[in-house]
Amino acid sequence: MASSASVGAGYEDSSVPEEKSETQWPLWEVFTQRANGEPHEHAGSVHAADAEMALQNARDVYGRRGSVVSMWVVPSNVITASPSDNAGPFFDPGAEKIYRHPQFYKIPRGLKGF
Amino acid sequence: MEQEKMTDEALNAAFEARIAAGETIEPKDWMPERYRTQLIRMMSQHAHSEIVGMLPEGNWITRAPSLKRKMVLLAKVQDEAGHGLYIYCGTETLGIDRAELVDQLLTGKAKYSSIFNYPTLSWADMGVIGWFVDGAAIVNQTVLAKASYGPYARAMIRICKEENFHKKQGYEIIATLAKGTPEQKAMAQDAVNRWWWPSLMMLGPSDTDSPNTAELMRWRVKRKTNDELRQRFIDLTVPQADAVGLTLPDPDLRFNSDTQHYEFGAIDWDEFWQVVKGNGPCNRERLQARRDAHENGRWVREAAEAYAAKHTPQAQSAA
Repeated sequence: MASSASVGAGYEDSSVPEEKSETQWPLWEVFTQRANGEPHEHAGSVHAADAEMALQNARDVYGRRGSVVSMWVVPSNVITASPSDNAGPFFDPGAEKIYRHPQFYKIPRGLKGF
Repeated sequence: MEQEKMTDEALNAAFEARIAAGETIEPKDWMPERYRTQLIRMMSQHAHSEIVGMLPEGNWITRAPSLKRKMVLLAKVQDEAGHGLYIYCGTETLGIDRAELVDQLLTGKAKYSSIFNYPTLSWADMGVIGWFVDGAAIVNQTVLAKASYGPYARAMIRICKEENFHKKQGYEIIATLAKGTPEQKAMAQDAVNRWWWPSLMMLGPSDTDSPNTAELMRWRVKRKTNDELRQRFIDLTVPQADAVGLTLPDPDLRFNSDTQHYEFGAIDWDEFWQVVKGNGPCNRERLQARRDAHENGRWVREAAEAYAAKHTPQAQSAA
């Protein structure tokens, strides 16, 4: 069901090379947290020979202005993403169960602060 | 065969409908090949421009007039490297490797902004580049931040936040020189005179001579034409020049109170096309500098790979 394409590579499923060519290090997706208590969000990607370098490159590229308190780097090709071609059917089950929303239920009129 | 053609047409119609509805296209969404190749061309040119754009300013880092100016210039040039990386990263989501993009730059197959083929002759050029070149880039990129391709738009938003520092530090350099000694003011005026017209050209050929504009506008990659962006840049910049007592080298420049826009003289498009075709003052020097940097960095890349192979076997198997 789920495609194995990385989030950073939309065209070919395996556009992240397993073999490192002379100039092409593996791709890493970068997630940054802007303040304590905030979620980590996708910021972009970097190329790096290893995880340590990926983190350093990510800091230099996506954290130059002190607006980052935490950072994750993840090899792009280990991310599994939802399918794009039939995203509808994949997510439909979440949309059709309207009884999951509080608006589905009626309460007596005039009742305040329910 | 017929079935396949219909499917493509249906996909295309759905794509056009999404564009018309103002939706954002993401890397894994279906898109026409032409949209993909046009974006790769446009985004990689933009990324290359950021990287080559480090060279004219890098030229003055060792000769900045004070430690403060040197720190600022270093930070700015580092930002340009970062901007190049944001856009390369966005371009890679279209299914092309950065190594291939870099190769296209180094072999001269890919273009970059014409403006960076002009030399930086004095310290005042650092001011004018920030003020004009980054100013023009802001005008362009603010609109590109609404482009239909998600990764491009998001890179532009990130870049625009940083460009304002670039423009302001440049304008501050010029304002400082303009109220300095007569020699300093003359140096600022000379830089303005040399950079004004190339900065106007930097926003791209006139609409009548820009083959890609109509298509890119229809796909909402571009939201304003080159001429509209140029007019906006001029309208913003003329009062800024007045404010520091410098003149712009265009005798035809005047405010039209009916249109509320500045009218300006004819642009020398022959010069623009000469620079684009590789015959600008610094084209060869810029490309050679990039090739040298790539070659001279080879041992660093090899050492990093050897280190990674030796020290992180787990990361290797995970990746």
